[in-house]
Amino acid sequence: MSENGKPKFAMYWAASCGGCEIAVLNIHERILDVDANFEVAFWPVAMDAKYKDVEAMQDGEILLTLFNGGIRNEENEHIAKLLRKKSQLLVAFGSCANEGCIPGLANLSPMEALFETAYHTASTENPEGILPQYEYDVPEGTITIPTMYPVLRTLDQVVDVDYYIPGCPPESHQIEAVIDAVIAVLKGEAELPPKGTVLGVGTSTVCDECSRKRDVKKIKQFVRIQDVERIDPEICLLEQGILCNGPATASGCTALCPAAGAPCAGCYGPANGVIDYGARMMASVASVIDSRDPDEIDAILDGLVDPAGSFYRFNLAHSLLHTGQASWNGKGS
Amino acid sequence: MTNEFDPVIIGFTCNWCSYRAADMAGTARIKYPHNVRLMRLMCSGRLDPTFVLKALAGGADGVLLTGCHPGECHYLEQNYKALRRVKLLKRTIAAMGIEPERVKLVWASAAEGTFLAKEIGVFVEEIKALGPLNWPQRAGINGIPVHQPEIEEVPA
Amino acid sequence: MTGEEAQTNGHRIGVYVCHCGTNIAGVVDVEHVSEWAKDALGDRGVVVGKDYKFMCSDLGQELIQKDIEREGLDRVVVAACSPHLHEKTFRNATERGGLNPYLCEMASIREQVSWVHTNKAIATEKAKAMISGAVERVKEHESLEPFRVPIEEATLIVGGGIAGIQSALEIANAGHPVYLVEREPSIGGHMAQFDKTFPTLDCSACILTPRMSEVGVHPNIELLTWSEVEKVEGYVGNFAVTIRKKASYVINEDCTGCGICWQKCPKKVIDDKFEVGLGYRKAIYTPFEQAVPKYPVIDHDNCTYFEKGSCKACEKFCPTEAINFEDEDEVITVNVGNIVLATGYDLFDARRIPQYGYGRLANVFTSLEFERMTNAAGPTDGDIVLRDGVTAPKSVGIVHCVGSRDRNFNNYCSSICCMQSLKFAHLVHERTGAEVFNFYIDIRTPAKEYDEFYQRVLDEGTRFVRGRVAEVTDAARLPGEEGKLIVQVEDTLAGQQRRIPVDMVILSAALEPRTDAYETAKKFGIACSANGWFTEKHPKLDPVATMTEGVFIAGCSTGPKDIPATVSQGSAAAARILSYIEMGELALEPVRATVIAEQCSGCRICNDLCPFNAISYDAETELSEINIALCQGCGTCVAACPAGAITGTGFSNEQVLAQIEGLLMLNVEPQPVAEPA
Repeated sequence: MSENGKPKFAMYWAASCGGCEIAVLNIHERILDVDANFEVAFWPVAMDAKYKDVEAMQDGEILLTLFNGGIRNEENEHIAKLLRKKSQLLVAFGSCANEGCIPGLANLSPMEALFETAYHTASTENPEGILPQYEYDVPEGTITIPTMYPVLRTLDQVVDVDYYIPGCPPESHQIEAVIDAVIAVLKGEAELPPKGTVLGVGTSTVCDECSRKRDVKKIKQFVRIQDVERIDPEICLLEQGILCNGPATASGCTALCPAAGAPCAGCYGPANGVIDYGARMMASVASVIDSRDPDEIDAILDGLVDPAGSFYRFNLAHSLLHTGQASWNGKGS
Repeated sequence: MTNEFDPVIIGFTCNWCSYRAADMAGTARIKYPHNVRLMRLMCSGRLDPTFVLKALAGGADGVLLTGCHPGECHYLEQNYKALRRVKLLKRTIAAMGIEPERVKLVWASAAEGTFLAKEIGVFVEEIKALGPLNWPQRAGINGIPVHQPEIEEVPA
Repeated sequence: MTGEEAQTNGHRIGVYVCHCGTNIAGVVDVEHVSEWAKDALGDRGVVVGKDYKFMCSDLGQELIQKDIEREGLDRVVVAACSPHLHEKTFRNATERGGLNPYLCEMASIREQVSWVHTNKAIATEKAKAMISGAVERVKEHESLEPFRVPIEEATLIVGGGIAGIQSALEIANAGHPVYLVEREPSIGGHMAQFDKTFPTLDCSACILTPRMSEVGVHPNIELLTWSEVEKVEGYVGNFAVTIRKKASYVINEDCTGCGICWQKCPKKVIDDKFEVGLGYRKAIYTPFEQAVPKYPVIDHDNCTYFEKGSCKACEKFCPTEAINFEDEDEVITVNVGNIVLATGYDLFDARRIPQYGYGRLANVFTSLEFERMTNAAGPTDGDIVLRDGVTAPKSVGIVHCVGSRDRNFNNYCSSICCMQSLKFAHLVHERTGAEVFNFYIDIRTPAKEYDEFYQRVLDEGTRFVRGRVAEVTDAARLPGEEGKLIVQVEDTLAGQQRRIPVDMVILSAALEPRTDAYETAKKFGIACSANGWFTEKHPKLDPVATMTEGVFIAGCSTGPKDIPATVSQGSAAAARILSYIEMGELALEPVRATVIAEQCSGCRICNDLCPFNAISYDAETELSEINIALCQGCGTCVAACPAGAITGTGFSNEQVLAQIEGLLMLNVEPQPVAEPA
């Protein structure tokens, strides 16, 4: 507890895009409630802080840490372990920390391929072909950058995690609800939920919140959304042959994407208790393909051009296989 | 013992057909390779891709799925669902770099003990030709461990 | 909680390894395995590891019972034979020990290990893996209670052939109500069309019609002829069956069956059902004289009044004013506890083998046509004559296996055709003295008195040519062939091609599933084999039951069979149902799926997956539901639910996943994991 009597709060950004940080700020004036109830001890995006200040803290000195981003390099891992030690409650915040998210898709490729894409393709201006060096000697001595790991890991694959708040990013109203709940606990008005609870989600899946009309499903053809001339605004997207991950994705987002005519990509992760998100989608989608003929089934499946990317867009790093074979066949680090 | 690759294969069988075919192979003392470890589901339609992924991620080199012949499902038509799921699963694992041949679907009726034994033999040879999958170890090298908590339990 | 407790969850598991004499112990080192289970799986909850000569013996079972009591076991694993053999035995032993029977799991180390592997070391290792799988699985087992359903006393029988008649009488005679549904105007089925029955040659009608009359007057049988089942809802013990009673335009209560109406009816119609096209009936008709019930029906499509708006001859002449042209279809619902499907067969359409000439060559007949021809009540009054109706044949060829045992059509043997053909040969010989040739592949006469009949026909001088007929033609090539039908055949015994000229050819056509058998099966929630016959629950040990509890099958709907076998099945189905009625309620296996309402999103993925219609969607709550009594426990919906909102007892995700881990021995040989570099 700090000198002013307020418990300490931290937030950290590892391998992720930064959207989660913005989502927290996007709760508008409610951020004042955070300030009123917490002392912000460490939040690099919002205020200056040094790792060594955190290292100097007592174990468990921070009450609540929201950790967003996956563990892609040495630095991510170091801070994850550090914050774990210093925090009473460590929360995996956002899809990257929960299940790997888009950065986790890099687990399908070996590191050489990642560097090739990042530093040598047309979209990068790098005429001299310079690659980052882990160690570099300068007159002042040797400087280092953190070592990159061959695959991205989720937060709970590296340290013990108390709670999970999924979403890419978590919806603001869900963040507000969690903050309210934490404040209620601080005031002694509520109990903490059991360890491992996923917070800020509904009990069901996106369809529960989706207003599209749903019928029995019989899929004869899969189409990519960019190839659809007119999307029926009323009917379930899956019934229109558009791969929508809503049936398998935890509810809580208010079905924003399907409402806007875009299929659910699955950013809220699997429903409670589900072991492998992609398997759920594969099993359900294959079940409702309307054919018994092996050749016709293949022709229908040809419409799913990127199965790994479609079924594991957010969940690859947390899937049963964690990664693709290529990433560990590559030489990596 | 030689150092020859000795694969481990998990086999999912249907209670009504292939599990009985395995019974029959036993009763008839038909020998087949030891590499396959069978388990029973009520129907191939119970087959959840999670099971296959779990087996592959847990050290199996291949997964054999068996069900009643098309048109002969004891639950009328559920084996077609298994067929579709397996087809989709194979595409997905192929995209993840795993040889889709490591997952194989075979139809075997309760009367086809000899056939099932033969198919097991064929599959074991196919997996031997593919070599070890060795998923957890290799993934472990690249740091996908089963996380062991390192700290004291957090006071709630 | 310590690490160890976390893995065992405080379980106390007993592992019992059976020697099965030397069946298992001869290949698997059972002593070592039981020791290993106790030691290596000790930190996974195993507290007892024992091996015994015959676990299924009374002493073996007592071992389990006593250990449950003495050692406080809460789970039991028996490594022995296949669970299909002794799962019940060991579940019962577990229950006698005071545990829920479903807390027992078997590892099949005989059928799947000792009987199929020879290397002792390898077999022993595999047995360990199987036990490891069973131990992990059994920890996830839950106590289950059988699902009990009350049995409605009434029974529905679909099909009024001899199988359905037999079932109906057995159940009705025992004092229970029966609804007998028949789509034709009369019961009787194919047997009513036959003349003589093999091998005794007693008159088919003479033995059948008393049974038909008995059905017609039985106080416990409600006869619903000219009716079809439209919909079946519910489950064993409690089916609600919707039946359409087609408009007959005859008021049965007023009809005396005097027959004046069909005598006066001016419209002659070719009777392609009962007389298979050989004779005529009227637009108002009963299919045959002894029809049960006696009431005629008006064939709407052929009635002059319905075609042209005038006639009504039947109405004018009916002495009891029993004709009602305003009659309409009536749809009724009956509640029954059990159902027998005895829907019979269709005859193979011999036109599908054009080289045999049926439909093109006048004097080629099908077996059913010949049955009608030899029947004294049939279109020729029992005279065996050519298509001209007068000429008796001097020579007759009978072709076996037409559409059976033929890869182009049906692989199976139609079972009755040999005996039927022999019967035809005898009748032709007896009534016309004509020379008879049987063209056969093999003669199959396996039942009582059947082969004796074959010997008799052989003695009568019938000729037998072994070989599949290539062609029946009227193109004469050799002297003596003019005006004849020539049967071209390879005589495989003589090793030569033969051309045999005859006056008449009879095609013993295959028995095939009803053309609508698949729709019928779907309606009643049962399966058809690839051939289209209804599938038995077990082909040997449960031949009249189906996978759907409460739906039984009998007669030729399950495959070709003769009259004695058909009648036996009718009785067998009735016996099964009577025992259900007697029990009053039925305990069903508690392997069932359920929807966790809180987790269901109403996405409707599962809605069309259940062939037993157990899954429905409630538009009010926008959730899917499973009717537990209709669920057969296949688990397809459990695997398909994208939200993981459907759970299945007995084969839950937790159980299967735990068994996978166990089989991979992850519990005893943890995979080494390196920290990232």
